[in-house]
Amino acid sequence: MKRTFIKLSLALCALIAVIVLVNAFTYGAFFTPGNIVNVLRQITSNAILAVGQTFVIITAGIDLSVGSLVSLTGVVMALFANAMPASINGSVLVVLTLLLGATVGGLAGWINAFPVVRLGLPPFITTLAMMLVARGAAYELSHGRPVPLNSDAFMSTGTGFLFRGMLPQLPGLPIPVLWLAVVVIVFAIVLGKTRFGRYVYAIGGNEEAARLAGVRVGLIKTSVYVLSGICAAIAGLLLMARFASGSPQTGTGYELQAIAAVVVGGTSLVGGRGSILGTFVGAFLIGILNNVMNLHNIESYAQEIVLGGVILLAVILDQTLKRVLK
Amino acid sequence: MNVSASEPSATLLEMRDIVKTFPGVRALDGVTLSVHPGEVLALVGENGAGKSTLMKILAGAHRADSGSILIDGAVANITDPRSAERYGIGMIYQEFHLVPTLGAIENMLLGIEPCDGFFLNHAKARSLAEHTLTQLGSTIPFDLPAARMTVAQQQLVEIAKVLVRRARLIVMDEPTAALSEHEIDHLFALIAKLQADGVAFVYISHRLEELDRIADRITVLRDGRTVETRAASAFPRDEMIAAMVGRSIDTHFPALPPVDEHAPIVLEVLNLQQPPLFRSMHFTVRAGEILGLAGLVGAGRTQILRAIAGADPSDALVQIDGMPIPHATPGQAIDHGLAFLTEDRKAQGLVLGMSVRENTTLAHLKLFDRGLLLDTAKEEQETRRLVAALHTRTPNTAQLVRNLSGGNQQKVVLAKWLLGQARVFLFDEPTRGIDIGAKMEIYALLLALAEKGAAIVMVSSELPEILGMTHRLFVVREGTFVAEFARADYRADAIIAAATGATS
Repeated sequence: MKRTFIKLSLALCALIAVIVLVNAFTYGAFFTPGNIVNVLRQITSNAILAVGQTFVIITAGIDLSVGSLVSLTGVVMALFANAMPASINGSVLVVLTLLLGATVGGLAGWINAFPVVRLGLPPFITTLAMMLVARGAAYELSHGRPVPLNSDAFMSTGTGFLFRGMLPQLPGLPIPVLWLAVVVIVFAIVLGKTRFGRYVYAIGGNEEAARLAGVRVGLIKTSVYVLSGICAAIAGLLLMARFASGSPQTGTGYELQAIAAVVVGGTSLVGGRGSILGTFVGAFLIGILNNVMNLHNIESYAQEIVLGGVILLAVILDQTLKRVLK
Repeated sequence: MNVSASEPSATLLEMRDIVKTFPGVRALDGVTLSVHPGEVLALVGENGAGKSTLMKILAGAHRADSGSILIDGAVANITDPRSAERYGIGMIYQEFHLVPTLGAIENMLLGIEPCDGFFLNHAKARSLAEHTLTQLGSTIPFDLPAARMTVAQQQLVEIAKVLVRRARLIVMDEPTAALSEHEIDHLFALIAKLQADGVAFVYISHRLEELDRIADRITVLRDGRTVETRAASAFPRDEMIAAMVGRSIDTHFPALPPVDEHAPIVLEVLNLQQPPLFRSMHFTVRAGEILGLAGLVGAGRTQILRAIAGADPSDALVQIDGMPIPHATPGQAIDHGLAFLTEDRKAQGLVLGMSVRENTTLAHLKLFDRGLLLDTAKEEQETRRLVAALHTRTPNTAQLVRNLSGGNQQKVVLAKWLLGQARVFLFDEPTRGIDIGAKMEIYALLLALAEKGAAIVMVSSELPEILGMTHRLFVVREGTFVAEFARADYRADAIIAAATGATS
C-alpha cells in the first residue's frame, strides 16, 4: 500500500513538474484547455493501440503487427462501408463496420497467438510476420491507393465534437477522445478488476506457476493478442473516419510508438507488471512532448531524436525508482 | 572424527571447521576433511547433509562464514570461481556446463583461449587441447558440438576442461548418475590413471556400492557436520548407512494417528506409466493416510506426482472417491479436488511479483467471481483467515511474495491449496529449504489435513521426514516402486539400501 502510494505521488509530482515546465517553455500556450484537448485528440489512436499492447506485454509478449493492422482494418472497413447500400442508417453502418474491423483484427490476433501457444514460437517472430502480411494485404486490397469513403456517416466519429460551445474557452469534447476514454476505462477495469486480468498478470509473472494453479495459459495468451488486434481495429476505424478514407499507408511505425507509450507508462517488458492507467499517462506524456515541440516549431527529425532520448530516460527513471523502493 | 590408517605426509587440501548459514538454515556446522595427492576421497551423506554447499564453498561459488581452507598446508583465500581455479581446484557438477553449440576444444579453452594480440591462435589452441585429450584417451571428433555428444563424452570434455586449467584436485558430483556400466568402467579407469599422475579427487555419490571400487577414504556428512572418516576398505556398507542416518528419527515429529483400516479409499491411481521415466504403477491412498515416496533425487518421484496432477500428459487412470477424474491439464485436476504442491516454489509454486493475496487465491479464483468482476473484499477476508491460520509472517496481504522468507513463502503455497476443498494433496518436498520452526508447523498442518479425511502423497528426500510423517511408503528407484514398507517395518538402512540399489 505504502509503496504504491509513494509511487503514485512521485508520478503525480513528475506530471505536475512536466506540466509546469512545459507551461513555462511555451509561455502559457500549452496549458490552455483547448490545447489539452488537442493533445488528447492527437494521442487517441496511439493510446488505444498501447492499451491493447499493455495486455500483451504484461504476459511477457509483444505485438509488432498493430501498426499494419490499423491500415488493414482501415482498408477493409472502408471497402465494406462503400459496399453497403446508401439507404442504411448511419449509426448502424458505423457499428457494423466496426464489428467487421474488430473481427478482422481479432482474427489476425488469433493467428499471431496460435504458433506462440501451440508451437512455442516467440511472439516477436509471429507478430513480425503478421506485420508484413497485414501491410501487404492492405496494399493488395486497396490496389495501393487510399480507399475514399462514399458515406459521410463516419464524419462525426472522426472529427465530431460533443458539448460544443458549452464552455466558451473549449471547442467541446472530440468524439475520438470519447472513444479513447471508453477504451481506457473499460480495459482498465478488465485488467485490474477481473479474473481474466489477474490471470494476465500471473502468466507474465510466472507462466509455469500459473499453469500449475489451473490457469488456462493458452486461452489467456490467445485472448490478449485478439484483444490487441481489436484495439488496432478501433484505432483503424477512428483514423479511417478522420481522414474519410482507408489508406494502406496509415499506421506505419505505430507499433513502436505504442510500445514506447506502454514502456514509459511503467509496464515491464519482462512481464507481470504494468497498468492501463500507466500506459495512458505514458501516451499522454509522449503526446505533451510532441505538442510542445510543435509549439516551438522544432522540426520533425529533431523531434524523433528528443523522443528517443525521453523514452530511454523514462525507463531508466522507472528502473531506478523500482530499485530504490524495493 | 577418526583419522585414516595410512596418512601420507603431504596434504593437498584441508578444510577445517567450515560453517555456512543461509537465512533460516545452518547448512554447514563444522565440516572438516582432508585430501592427499593422488587420492580419491568419497563424500557421502543424505540429501541436505551439506555436500553441495561444501563443494560450492571449495569452488568459490559461496563463501564460508567461518573455518579455513588450506592448500598444500597454506591458507587459501578462495573468493570466486577464478581463484579456486588458480589453486588447482576443478569442479565437475552433475549438470554439465558446456556450450552446446561448441566443440570439445572450444569448450575446454573457453575463457582461456590462446591469442595472438587480437586474434585467436587456432593452431596453439588445438595443440594445447589435443595434448590433454590424448592423455585422456579421447576419441571425440573435434567438430562434434557438445549438444550431440553422449553424456560420457561431455563428461570427458569437462574433465579435460579442468585438466587444461592445471587442476590438481577434481571434485565430481554424482559422476556416474547418467552413465552406463561400460562407461562407468571407463571413467573409473580414467580416474585411476589420473591418480597415478598425482591428481586427487573428491567423489560425491549416492551409489554406495561403487565406493569400494573407487574410493580410498570415505567421509560421511550428516546435518552439516563431518561424522566419520575412514579408509574405504575398513568401512562396511551397513556402518556407513548407520553413520549417514545417525540420529534417532522420531524425535521432532508429531505423533501420527493410525489410519482406520476401514477408511474409504480416496485416491486410486492405475496404469501409471511413462517410459522411460517410470513404469507400470498402481497404488491407493485411504482417507486420512499419508503415503510417502522415498528415493534418490532423479528417481522419478516428482514425475509420478506431475503425471497425476495433470502437469505432464499421462494416460494413467486417476480416481478420487471412486470416480475417475480428468487430468489432462492442471486446471481439470484442481476442479476435481486435487492439490499439487511443487518442489520448487519459486519456479513453479508462486508468482513472486504478486502479492500474498493474489497468490493465495490464484488456483481458486473462480470462487471470487462476483458478476464480471472479482470480489476483492472476499479475497482479502479469505487470505487474512489463512495468514492467521498458518501464522504466515507478512506485514499485510498486499506484500509481494518475493519479499517473504522461504518458510513464509511455503506457507503462502500451502494457503493457496488449502483454500479449495481438495480431497487429495500431493506434496513434493514440502519442507525444502525452510527452517525447523516452519517445518514443524507444516507437519502439524499435514496431520490436520489427514485428520479431516484427505488423502496425502508426500515426496521427500529427507529420510527422517519421510519416516516420521508417513503411514506407509514406497521406495522409488529408476522410475519404479522397488519396495513397499508399512510404518511398523520402517528401517532407515533397509530403505536406503532399496533406494540406492545396494543389495546387502
